[in-house]
Amino acid sequence: MIDLSLLADGGVGWLDASGPSSHLVLSTRIRLARNLASHVFQGRCSETAREEILQVVESAARESVLLRRATRYRIDRLDRMDRQLLHERHLVSKELAGLEGEGRVRSGASVLIQDRIGVMLNEEDHLRIQGLHSGFALDQTYAEVDRLDTELGQRLAFAFHPEFGYLTSCPTNVGTGLRASVLIHLPGLVLTKEISKVLQGLAQVGLTHRGLYGEGSEVVGMFFQLSNQTTLGSSEQELLDHLGKMVRQVMDYEEQARQVLLRDAPTVIEDKVWRAYGLLRYARSLSFDEAMNLLSGVRLGVGVGLITDVAMYTLNKLLIYSQPAHLAVAEGISPDDADLPLRRAQFVRKVLESEVGRRG
Amino acid sequence: MSCDQCREREAVIHLTQIVNEQVTTLHLCERCAAEKGVESPGSAVKTPLGSFLAAMGKGPEQTPSARSADTCHRCGATFQDFRESGRLGCPDCYRTFETPLRDLLRRLHGSTHHLGERYAEREASAEEAREKVADLREQLRLAVETENFELAAELRDRLKVME
Ligand SMILES: [Zn+2]
Ligand SMILES: [Zn+2]
Repeated sequence: MIDLSLLADGGVGWLDASGPSSHLVLSTRIRLARNLASHVFQGRCSETAREEILQVVESAARESVLLRRATRYRIDRLDRMDRQLLHERHLVSKELAGLEGEGRVRSGASVLIQDRIGVMLNEEDHLRIQGLHSGFALDQTYAEVDRLDTELGQRLAFAFHPEFGYLTSCPTNVGTGLRASVLIHLPGLVLTKEISKVLQGLAQVGLTHRGLYGEGSEVVGMFFQLSNQTTLGSSEQELLDHLGKMVRQVMDYEEQARQVLLRDAPTVIEDKVWRAYGLLRYARSLSFDEAMNLLSGVRLGVGVGLITDVAMYTLNKLLIYSQPAHLAVAEGISPDDADLPLRRAQFVRKVLESEVGRRG
Repeated sequence: MSCDQCREREAVIHLTQIVNEQVTTLHLCERCAAEKGVESPGSAVKTPLGSFLAAMGKGPEQTPSARSADTCHRCGATFQDFRESGRLGCPDCYRTFETPLRDLLRRLHGSTHHLGERYAEREASAEEAREKVADLREQLRLAVETENFELAAELRDRLKVME
């Protein structure tokens, strides 16, 4: 079993709901794709080469300020449940955790984490420098990631081309190597059926959307990850400004949609919100998807002021800790255990009972 | 991202559907999308990488001589390898396949010119070391000023090593 308590805040500082606009935006994530000039890309790397990459980057990290005290997890030496746990905690990608397709982990797959920043090693690129912040915080997150990139870049030789910029294994990431994602809750737009139009509009201005768990994941609980699609031809700041501008616009649309719902269908919304709350408080069995959808309803209720005694932090915590691997670890059972939905309902009831009323 | 249907090929079509307030996104490769009758209508966004790679595969200009020139000297990857995997073999592939890649980058990103931060290859010159020490001293001053004593202690340790 891995020990996540080695991380300063268990790696969940980002869900404290303290960041800007955290009633709509859960988290902001930025990653920079980097490769060592000295080694071939991941697809052609031998096991030995991947170990070399690990050694070189880790020694650079030890000399750095920002990753000097980093906790390291060797993903390739963890069992599936631990890998899933790290992924559920948003600390590593599905790809790195080997949870895609046949579920094979690449040898040398590792992650270094110190506070809100870190670096995934032997992902699709040699390095994926990443930062994760609570709420809508593109500039803050980038400032930290950029500092780490500079620090590592001074100690390592990155593959860089004068015209194409930072070279990546997939040409969709070349140039800045920057992907910024904002995890946003859009129930108003889903309920008013405006969401397809909005997502289509975003695609037209070069943004993509994904579900809660990154690439290839389903949209659950009305959470969407909005991110830039292109990485070349604009500066980092331009990419961030463009995404930021569009996210602010989507936030405005979402607020408007909520007002429309409250004005035109107040009883429908109230019923939906309180029904979700009631089920979470009293249900005896909850599947993960159901829990997510109910949490989404309660979150909407808190957002529009219908529910006043539940803190966003409590909802964020439930979102993370009711996931299969988290719950299984806490309950000491297998993630496939038939009892899991019962334990989930029990866990949710307990948290709501003890935290509701204690406004955070 | 692999295709939800076959789990093999790269997904290039992302279809978001909303049924009874449930939002689902289907990620499909071009072949599976065609089988399902999806032709990238309104809500589906086609990424140019897939169509570019597909077009390259079908291209009539695939003469043997053109193909043999397309082997990266450093990693041995061919352009055919890239077409199949969507991944390049090494940094030098960007030089080896520069011409077709420039075309692809233009379609993917609308540009081939990196306008972001420039990366200066490190040179461990004495000048640089002096600058680094000055930089660390400045960071230390800020750390003390903002009462970030943990960071200050770290910076002091690092200065000790360098001086
Ligand atoms: Zn397919
Ligand atoms: Zn190559």
